[in-house]
Amino acid sequence: MKTRALVLLAGALFGVGLAISGMTDPTRVVGFLDLSGAWDPTLAFVMGGALLVFGSGYFLLRKRFSLPAASSGPISGKLVVGAMIFGAGWGLGGFCPGPALADLGRLSIEALVFVTTMAAGIIVAQRVFRADR
Amino acid sequence: MVPSFLYGFLGGCLIGLGSLLGLIATGKIPGISGVFGRLFRPKPGDSWWRVIFLLGLIAGAAAAFQFSEHAAIFRIPPGRSLLIFAVAGLLVGFGTRLGGGCTSGHGVCGMGMGARDSLVATMIFMAAGFVTVAAFRILL
Repeated sequence: MKTRALVLLAGALFGVGLAISGMTDPTRVVGFLDLSGAWDPTLAFVMGGALLVFGSGYFLLRKRFSLPAASSGPISGKLVVGAMIFGAGWGLGGFCPGPALADLGRLSIEALVFVTTMAAGIIVAQRVFRADR
Repeated sequence: MVPSFLYGFLGGCLIGLGSLLGLIATGKIPGISGVFGRLFRPKPGDSWWRVIFLLGLIAGAAAAFQFSEHAAIFRIPPGRSLLIFAVAGLLVGFGTRLGGGCTSGHGVCGMGMGARDSLVATMIFMAAGFVTVAAFRILL
């Protein structure tokens, strides 16, 4: 019960953070990825804030809560190709998985379409390319 | 008038806090593509926390959209039809699972834990994002 409440709180903090950060606005994300014209640096501040809190918290608390160690695998072809394909989709729609799911909270038809085909892409990667083993 | 980068930094801190709390509560790295994606490859007893986390995420965002004018901003980037969003979703779903993570899994959690492969993945998907937006702008 306590774990469930903590997980719900963790998700809610994440969702509020995404919305407040402006990353649930696809134009702001594309504005960061678009180096021509008026560049929007907001995304870098979002990453910076998230890394600051998560990174320092992780290193301060990892022993106390026996948190998992970083498990850096080899830089595989799957990692490289997967990251390239993800980046292409990210630039195309201005959505990565978190903001797209968060925008379901305002009943955005774009987010709904995106999340539906995202699920299809996930299933293809898992069933056909044996990802997520 | 609070500048948008301060909203970004504050929101980023909350994203980091939510990720940290999720890691502590479950012992699993709460990257969103993995939290969502592994619902389609379920293991016994491993789905409940994913559903609760994602419901919290959607509810938290929905509340923020109501209470913050800044959070309420939602603009479709130029030239993005629903078909473009459909293709983008397919690529993001496939790419994040093949590459083992997204902006949160690799970009926040993996890099924050000091994983070298997450640093490499983040540099690659960032670069691919810049190239794609530039190409889309030219083709538009």
